[in-house]
Amino acid sequence: MDKTIASAREAIADIQDGARIMFGGFGLCGIPENLLRALREKGVKDLTVISNNAGSIDLKAGGAYGLALLFESRQVKKFVGSFPGPVAKLDYFLGPFQSGELELEIMPQGTLNERIRCAMAGLGGVYSPVGVGTILAEGKESRTIEGKEYLLELPLHADFALIKAAQGDRMGNLVYRYTARNYNAVMAGAATTTIAEVEELLAPGAFHPDQVHTPGVLVQRVVVGERYERRV
Amino acid sequence: MRARLTRDQMAARAAREIHDGMYVNLGIGIPNLIPEYLTGVDVVIHSENGLLGMGPMAPVGEEDPDLVNAAKQAVLVAPGGAICSQAESFAIIRGGHLDMTVLGAFQVSATGDIANWAIPGGKRVPGVGGAMDLVAGTGSVMVTMTHNNRDGSPKVVEECDYPLTGRGCVKTIVTDLAVIRVTTNGLVLEEVAPGFTAVEVQAATGARLMVSPELTEIAI
Repeated sequence: MDKTIASAREAIADIQDGARIMFGGFGLCGIPENLLRALREKGVKDLTVISNNAGSIDLKAGGAYGLALLFESRQVKKFVGSFPGPVAKLDYFLGPFQSGELELEIMPQGTLNERIRCAMAGLGGVYSPVGVGTILAEGKESRTIEGKEYLLELPLHADFALIKAAQGDRMGNLVYRYTARNYNAVMAGAATTTIAEVEELLAPGAFHPDQVHTPGVLVQRVVVGERYERRV
Repeated sequence: MRARLTRDQMAARAAREIHDGMYVNLGIGIPNLIPEYLTGVDVVIHSENGLLGMGPMAPVGEEDPDLVNAAKQAVLVAPGGAICSQAESFAIIRGGHLDMTVLGAFQVSATGDIANWAIPGGKRVPGVGGAMDLVAGTGSVMVTMTHNNRDGSPKVVEECDYPLTGRGCVKTIVTDLAVIRVTTNGLVLEEVAPGFTAVEVQAATGARLMVSPELTEIAI
């Protein structure tokens, strides 16, 4: 079994305008840098992006990093996440948000995780106590279980999940490094197609099976990242 | 000397609520200053991006972009630390496995409601992050904040008018003017900043305070 693709560009070749895409990473930690750059170059538009944050910016130098690249180039129609962060103060995010061009769906971080996990695990939703009594509970079905109030949170599906791992093999088995595991380990398998970029490709069997964080069945494509900035 | 507490003094006072054997999540801002005052306390610090056993900030030149805290700063792992995914990290929070969370706030109400994620009517883009998970899932929520806004308006109020993060969850409030416990009978003023009286603290507060019979000054 060989799921490797020669380049990030080829790995995302079938992503079209209007696609729903999940992005692993937290801030800039563990983001699929090369796949993100390839998407920016391809110029696909009207994307729905699912991510904890909206990328990062360098306030002094003015650079856009991670997912911010796709907002800067106005490729995003809807952001689904938990904490857009400093990118949300910039004209290319704030402007379209205020004019209604950019749609936002904000939810608690743990709820974002569980909704993604539902999609991966084939669940129709979960009942979570988080957000009860707040404006984020509006419009949600609530239910009292064992005397405590919960909100029904529905699965969050996507066409593609773009994730990043430190190491992988051609079968799609992945190993993450430190806190770069974050959403990458959750999003693997939550989309129709999961594309993993890895810093290092090892031969099958190079990892001890106990070491594998994401089993290869959850990953459809593996690509070795061409270039890493690895910004903090 | 009569002075409101500094941010570091608030962090030092808050740190005295944290004891051996506790698993604690510390929010951004004043809570982030607390670890400096936990020397000698056997505590495990949880960072919600998936790190249990957060160590100090990474020294300059030794930052690892794969190892950050919830504020996206490069940190070290404490001995015995463990990494987990986001889903597992939030299961730990929501499942009640942490002993305490310390957060900043815009407002706290007389019944322990907390508002700390959005400003009403603002044109700013909202972002909630892990705040709602932390207050919903952790048994003991402590708030560290200034007692008043810059315009002098109180942050401890009868009812929050900012969008809520959670209801009835705050147990302890440490401000630059007071230490207040949220009890089923209401807010109890336990400590005041050096040189201040309970009457003065009440005047700076937007909710009724009961004064503890053991009222003391905050030890600096």
